[in-house]
Amino acid sequence: MNDASRKSVSLPVLIGVAVAFAIGTAIATALLMNIFERKEEAKNQYIQIVEVNEDTTDPEKWGVNWPREYETYKRTAIATRTRFGGHGGSEAMPEEKIERDPWLKRMFLGYAFAIDYRDRRGHAYMLEDQEKTERLSKPQSGSCLHCHASIMPLYRELGGGDAVKGFEASYQFSYEELNKKLHDSGHAFPVSCVDCHVPKTMQLRVTRPGFTRGIRALAESDAPVPHLPSVERWRAGNRATPYDPNRDASRSEMRSFVCGQCHVEYYCGTNMPLTFPWGRGLTAEDVEEYWNSIPLGDAPRFFDYRHKESGAEVLKAQHPEFELWSQGIHARTGVSCADCHMPYVRDGATKVSDHWVRSPLLNISRACQTCHRVSEDEIKQRVDKIQQRNFDLMQRGGAALMGLLDAVQAAKAAGATDEQLREALELQRKAQWRLDFIAAENSMGFHAPQEAARVLGEAIDYARQGQIAAMSWSAPRSVDVATN
Amino acid sequence: MSKTVALVGALAGTMIGLAAFTFDYAHGLSYFSHDPKACANCHIMNPQYDSWQGASHHTSATCVDCHLPHAGLGKWIAKADNGFRHSKGFTFEDFPEPIRITDGNSRHLQVNCLRCHGDLVHDLVAGSTSDADAVRCVHCHRDVGHGPTTGMGGPELVSAGAVPRGASNE
Repeated sequence: MNDASRKSVSLPVLIGVAVAFAIGTAIATALLMNIFERKEEAKNQYIQIVEVNEDTTDPEKWGVNWPREYETYKRTAIATRTRFGGHGGSEAMPEEKIERDPWLKRMFLGYAFAIDYRDRRGHAYMLEDQEKTERLSKPQSGSCLHCHASIMPLYRELGGGDAVKGFEASYQFSYEELNKKLHDSGHAFPVSCVDCHVPKTMQLRVTRPGFTRGIRALAESDAPVPHLPSVERWRAGNRATPYDPNRDASRSEMRSFVCGQCHVEYYCGTNMPLTFPWGRGLTAEDVEEYWNSIPLGDAPRFFDYRHKESGAEVLKAQHPEFELWSQGIHARTGVSCADCHMPYVRDGATKVSDHWVRSPLLNISRACQTCHRVSEDEIKQRVDKIQQRNFDLMQRGGAALMGLLDAVQAAKAAGATDEQLREALELQRKAQWRLDFIAAENSMGFHAPQEAARVLGEAIDYARQGQIAAMSWSAPRSVDVATN
Repeated sequence: MSKTVALVGALAGTMIGLAAFTFDYAHGLSYFSHDPKACANCHIMNPQYDSWQGASHHTSATCVDCHLPHAGLGKWIAKADNGFRHSKGFTFEDFPEPIRITDGNSRHLQVNCLRCHGDLVHDLVAGSTSDADAVRCVHCHRDVGHGPTTGMGGPELVSAGAVPRGASNE
């Protein structure tokens, strides 16, 4: 009886116990596998499957070894839009910036930017967009490819192995000519892995001669650069060899320098090799002073174009992101370009830099919240406020510059000579340089809000001073106008 | 009957053995220790571990000194609670990033600030410091544990190690 009852109860219990252990074992195994995977993820930073070298410009090849980075790099082809930047939606060319802000068009009269000036697209489109811009209806220099293509192999080819020689020769080619050579050489890719990484070690490096020369000139000047400690250290040393970012800069600085190879103010024309104007410092005035100090062909003073309406010799600002960032609180705190534009992303137990380079506003949690512990909404609102203020001030700058141009036109119609308008035109150059410095910069003032407002304030002041000068060309001036 | 028991026993043994191996493989015992390295076992807290080494408190306090109740049952409850949440998060990768301290852990942290610094600041914190709207020590002293920018390392100061300009003229 006892035996029988024990048997009849224990069989289902035994089965139940067996099933419970089976499930427990399965869970323990699953957990073991998961832990194993995570450990492997943390161990292997990458596995080199194909060999890449200095001539491997095709990013797809690098993508075999570094799939995580390549996958995100490819996303730069995705259209993104923020309130003040970028374009979204279709595959079509982005919207015309100059149609939206008519003062831009009038400001650029006499320059190719008056023909075609659009919102930006991602890194993936840099070469294609440049090949398609209507600005090419005016002759353009081969220098432009310094930043729009993975050009180092072509520079080496042109210079007989010496990239710097090739770079120095490249400005004499027309854009079409050099672009054709680029396609023939098989290196027609937009900015690629090899442009910022040493193929053997993947270490960050700068390759562009324009930057290397510019930063060297900056180091040799005595402009304060508290945000670039390695430059200050080099200055304090014996200066036996020129400053070399690849040797002297810290890893954190390199995370900005690689971007500074292109996101800067420069001259890129047919008169001299591509030049980064940093010999006197990085502020709008420093750069202006540098341009004022060098000749252009026969002209004693450099200028980008002669304004079609007024005849003033004016400067065109490119996109001085590196320069404006240098004046801001983020740079001063040691925050690099990549920290916000390529923040770390986690994939399992590994951490990689997001190579989908884009506005931090599209990636607030990773880009901002690492340091700023407030909600995404709050961060977004703060940035929006900063950018809106900059936008409003910039519109006032545009209006002031239009006022100046109107006054110059009126004075000319009334018979004023160039000599009588000299002061007004000089002020146009100063005003326009400052306005464009902030308008062309791609952060709507965010990279250094206070500095941007200061530069715009000066732009407005110079424009209105110029307007007064143009209005009082025939009469003795009643107001004493400072031009410095 | 005894055969069946033996079979179930073998099954149980397999599971216990596998579980024990998994536990050891995952450095399970380290979680019972005081060692800060244990907190970075799973790599998620590498930036926190790295930045702690560069911050002022690393000479005097480890992770658990600030982040867990000091003693008693509360310490083990908090350890178990965090351990479970973190393991679950890392296994299923379902946690929000960047990681942020929870309210409960934030209260432990405040208690621990006062555990060491209480004598110095007791006049300042005469009222409650654990109310939701009370100002916590780390509201202002945010960088004592991990420096100013946990995810990125701190800024390199120009003066650090640099020869002052003009010093070589002597």
